[in-house]
Amino acid sequence: MLRSTPLLLAGFLALLLALPSMLTNEYYVSVLILACINAIVAVSMNLLLGYAGQISMGHAAFYGLGAYGTAIATATWGLPMEAGLGVALLAALVVALAIGIPCLKLSGHYLAMATLGFGLVVNIVFNEALETTGGPSGFVGIPRLKLLGFQFDDDLAYYRLLAVCLTGMLLLTHHIVDSRLGRALRALHTSEKAAACAGVDVARHKLFVFVLSALMAAFAGFLYAHYLTFVAPSSFSFLYSVEVITMVVLGGLATLGGAVAGAFFLTILPEMLRSFENIEVLLYGGILVLCMMFMPGGLMSAFTGAGRRLGRLLARKQPQSGGSHGR
Amino acid sequence: MLSSLLQYLLTGLTVGATYGLTGLGFTIIYNTTSIINFAQGEFVMLGGMLAVALMTGLDWPLIPAILGAMAGTTLAGVLMHQLTIRPVRRAEALQYIIITIGVSILIRGIAMLVFGKDTFALPQFTGNTPLSFLGASVMPQNLWVLGVTAVLLLLMKLFFDRTIHGKAMLACSVDPKAASLVGVSVRKMAVTSFALSAFVGAVGGVILAPITLTSYDRGIMLGLKGFAACIVGGLGNPFGAAAGGIALGILESVGAGYISSGYKDAFAFLALLVLLFVKPSGLFGKAAIKRV
Repeated sequence: MLRSTPLLLAGFLALLLALPSMLTNEYYVSVLILACINAIVAVSMNLLLGYAGQISMGHAAFYGLGAYGTAIATATWGLPMEAGLGVALLAALVVALAIGIPCLKLSGHYLAMATLGFGLVVNIVFNEALETTGGPSGFVGIPRLKLLGFQFDDDLAYYRLLAVCLTGMLLLTHHIVDSRLGRALRALHTSEKAAACAGVDVARHKLFVFVLSALMAAFAGFLYAHYLTFVAPSSFSFLYSVEVITMVVLGGLATLGGAVAGAFFLTILPEMLRSFENIEVLLYGGILVLCMMFMPGGLMSAFTGAGRRLGRLLARKQPQSGGSHGR
Repeated sequence: MLSSLLQYLLTGLTVGATYGLTGLGFTIIYNTTSIINFAQGEFVMLGGMLAVALMTGLDWPLIPAILGAMAGTTLAGVLMHQLTIRPVRRAEALQYIIITIGVSILIRGIAMLVFGKDTFALPQFTGNTPLSFLGASVMPQNLWVLGVTAVLLLLMKLFFDRTIHGKAMLACSVDPKAASLVGVSVRKMAVTSFALSAFVGAVGGVILAPITLTSYDRGIMLGLKGFAACIVGGLGNPFGAAAGGIALGILESVGAGYISSGYKDAFAFLALLVLLFVKPSGLFGKAAIKRV
């Protein structure tokens, strides 16, 4: 299953690239772009929460640091985009190290609270540092993305870039998860003590995955800022952190496709519900509660579970293959 | 100079008491079920909003409206447990965290649809002539907040320490299986804890609404501060939650007064982060002993 993942990813990329030609309305391309950006953040959260089992309720902060980092570097200081990306990643790296080292000693509710508090503090800074961030009304005038001499003015071109970036992130995650490191992370999730006994350096692995996840989120923030050309603190609030957790949990923790499925579902769903604007939030909460209550494994495991059950049902109808998978 | 400091302290004390009260709600549920209920702030919001709705919408006088709001919120707590917590079996802490966050989104959404997005005020309980105290002025409502918080806190302490029901609830969080073996109905205790904490939340919402006004989205920040109060004081300790809440409230109001009001919320959470890094079990929490 795992060995075929690169092939699946190639298929996924082809599907993503083919999607716009099936759409009738150009507006949907921008929805897809946001879905891809959210998916990158969700993939980063999945690495941390799904595989390593560390909760972060302040992930929006890193996403925001990436967005504001590049906004300040490119718009205020007039640096090129490549430098903007560097500033975005560096900001996330420094903050993730500073906050990760003490935070990751905590566990459970204390870790949740610490990351939550950190996220809130960063969001308050975005709101209050008026001269640098523009405050609650936002940061305007971020240039459109221009990387290595290529200008991404057209939505379709931007979308293609994002499809490639998202696939790249998935490939990276796949390689990490399917390695010694990934197994160490999963061991840590199951039991820190057992992992430590088996020779896993718990503190270093936790920090590594935290920083990596922060960098991925900051990268998504970079892409977000140069797409919208405008960022405001409300996009990086506690609610966004919760939304990202929801995407991952809804899609299925610790599955490669789960985070993507969750992100696409939860980005596209509100667009489809535009006509019932006020009920949107109820559906959101309702989906969250029901999913966690009845399918804690998420969409992906529900699908594969249903598939397996269907397979068993079909197998039972053919007498020669019946019983071979029997329980 | 001194009088302004006193003013900040008094304001902080009042605000902190409401954080403590919210934290108390977290503690009650945590002490019985080991669940952190992120919808706790919504109970506070519901208390305030229901009281306003009963007064303005149905023309009820203040006292019946307050009692009605408390009853309504308690019912919401029971419903929350029966509909979303009880049917779940063998869930991890993360799963419960997400369920309660989902419930908080739902409650907030329903409140927005029913009450609208406006901000409402509840009349002060006993007039609004400020009392003067060593050069600082105090609204009578602030005294209400402090008094009610102190009384509730004392009652909770007595309940958990002295009554068989309180001890049974504590037993459920220590070890549900052992508790049920000695004849405690874990499920009944869990419902009771949700009802009780919703009630405490509603009380907080009602006494706070005349001072800070109330709206459908008031619960998020209050809930987060209440959770922070619990963590500061050490999870599971009602007095710790109250002390943590008051510490956060005073820090906030002094910080807002002397440094910057925009960063008010940041002070509380920064202090919380520093505290967690220095003393991960909170101020009054016993260090968790790791079994190997």
